Amino acid sequence: MTTIVKPEVKTAEKETVKKNKSSVYKTEQLNLWYGSNHALKNIDLDIKENEVTAIIGPSGCGKSTYIKTLNRMIETIPSVKTSGVINYRDKNIFDKEYQVEELRTKVGMVFQKPNPFPKSIYDNIAYGPRIHGIKNKKILDQIVEKSLRGAAIWDEVKDRLSENAYGLSGGQQQRICIARCLAIEPDVILMDEPTSALDPISTLKVEELVQDLKKDYSIIIVTHNMQQAARISDKTAFFLNGEVVEFDETDKIFSNPSDERTEDYISGRFG
Amino acid sequence: MAMNEPQQISVQELIAQKSNRGLLAFTEKLIPKILFLIASVSVLTTIGIVFTLIFETVTFFTEVNILSFLTGTEWYPFANSTPAYGILPLVVGTLKITGIAILVAVPIGIATAIFLSEYASDRVRRFIKPILEVLAGVPTIVYGFFALTFVTPILRSIYPDIAIFNALSPGIVVGIMIIPMIASLSEDAMSSVPNAMRDGAYALGATKLEVAVKIVLPAALSGIVASTVLAISRAIGETMIVAVAAGSTPGFNWDVTGSIQTMTAYIVQVTTGDAGYGTTIYYSIYAVGFTLFLFTLAMNMLAQFISKRFREEY
Repeated sequence: MTTIVKPEVKTAEKETVKKNKSSVYKTEQLNLWYGSNHALKNIDLDIKENEVTAIIGPSGCGKSTYIKTLNRMIETIPSVKTSGVINYRDKNIFDKEYQVEELRTKVGMVFQKPNPFPKSIYDNIAYGPRIHGIKNKKILDQIVEKSLRGAAIWDEVKDRLSENAYGLSGGQQQRICIARCLAIEPDVILMDEPTSALDPISTLKVEELVQDLKKDYSIIIVTHNMQQAARISDKTAFFLNGEVVEFDETDKIFSNPSDERTEDYISGRFG
Repeated sequence: MAMNEPQQISVQELIAQKSNRGLLAFTEKLIPKILFLIASVSVLTTIGIVFTLIFETVTFFTEVNILSFLTGTEWYPFANSTPAYGILPLVVGTLKITGIAILVAVPIGIATAIFLSEYASDRVRRFIKPILEVLAGVPTIVYGFFALTFVTPILRSIYPDIAIFNALSPGIVVGIMIIPMIASLSEDAMSSVPNAMRDGAYALGATKLEVAVKIVLPAALSGIVASTVLAISRAIGETMIVAVAAGSTPGFNWDVTGSIQTMTAYIVQVTTGDAGYGTTIYYSIYAVGFTLFLFTLAMNMLAQFISKRFREEY
């Protein structure tokens, strides 16, 4: 039998998880269809606050679909149908009265490819606060600085705030997108493979950032990269063919998974 | 079916048999020259037109003072004793038509573009876009009679003071004529804004209108402005509608209810009339044509400048 190298888990850096953390997202019996394609099957997940929850799984397993359902961005695709319940802070986001804009004000999202607006760095960060009615220049200045510092990019861009964000490198653009997300001080940050388009050094910076942000935000991150999940997350959910195979402490998933399929995936037998 | 045994063939050998390097090199050298000749046809035509305009205009200015042409407020070329060649009344006529057309076309055109690009479903878009393109293909003479026999009577039933030939009716119809151009080109510009940008804004809690107005519109602004300026330059050069419905009374005032004459309509009037070759009136159409050319040239340069200036790079 060949030796299997498992991703290393730095247990020393992990916080001891308190048992009484409250849930940000409770998913109950979530099903989702793209037309006739059953993409998510009976998902049950309980995501706690101030933790990094990683979602891993092979391509097409539904992990991106799931994270896009959490802020209802999935609805931009017309053929999508859902059933079941996603409670965000104890309110079902699928309720007819639920304002989707309000949800997205609370739940920020960072996308797979950096997608800054074709505006100045300043206007990128100020966009969110502005659409929510903050017009005062002094307050906006403060928000912009705070958000850029929060995304660990202030020192790199402080002298060029009026320049187009597209002049930055891919890694910087992604941190601008994170800063843009922080600017409205969300409760949860969803990250859909945020480092898949970045070089290793930029990836490392974003990962360090995620560790930092955990203090103030609940983070749900979809990743293709198992080492990344092992490095930065507290909990890991393993998705396969639209189902949650296993959801547990990251340490346990990577050292002693209870399901054979998880074992096979993390040891690189498929995916 | 029986499968044939695959024969041993060498692709490299086949290529060597088929290739004809000598002829290929010759045509490869010749083709760019032929294409250059073809391409230069349009350039040479443009140069030819400009030079004709300039020569005849210069002849005109040997007979009429250039300063009184540019600043004169009276245009009576057909007066027997003292003809007056002040171009301002014709310029004002053109500006009236263009101004009204812009007021009609820009809001409707851009609103249509926003609807088609941001709100309409695929099915609605597939239905409306061809209709717009049909509207763009209607001959302008048809628009001219539409102005004279449909729009003018409606306007006159609302405001009886409006003359049969007036600036308002053809102005509105020229506006209608350029709506498809603005709507269609602006829609192209807005549709080519990547969806990732819309998603970025939606994910921050933006509404559909906020995404359309604050993300898509600015990102597509250079295309929208360029299409608008091109449409305006078409409105300036529009001939048939104004010749049919605007009258032939050049006047230096801002009244839109009475008969006017535009630069283009004057040229039509002379070329279809009986002004003899070599007369001052004959040369005057070149001077007017040259002025018109400068106007549209300025608009096209403005379009270029604006689309560079306002480009949001992505």
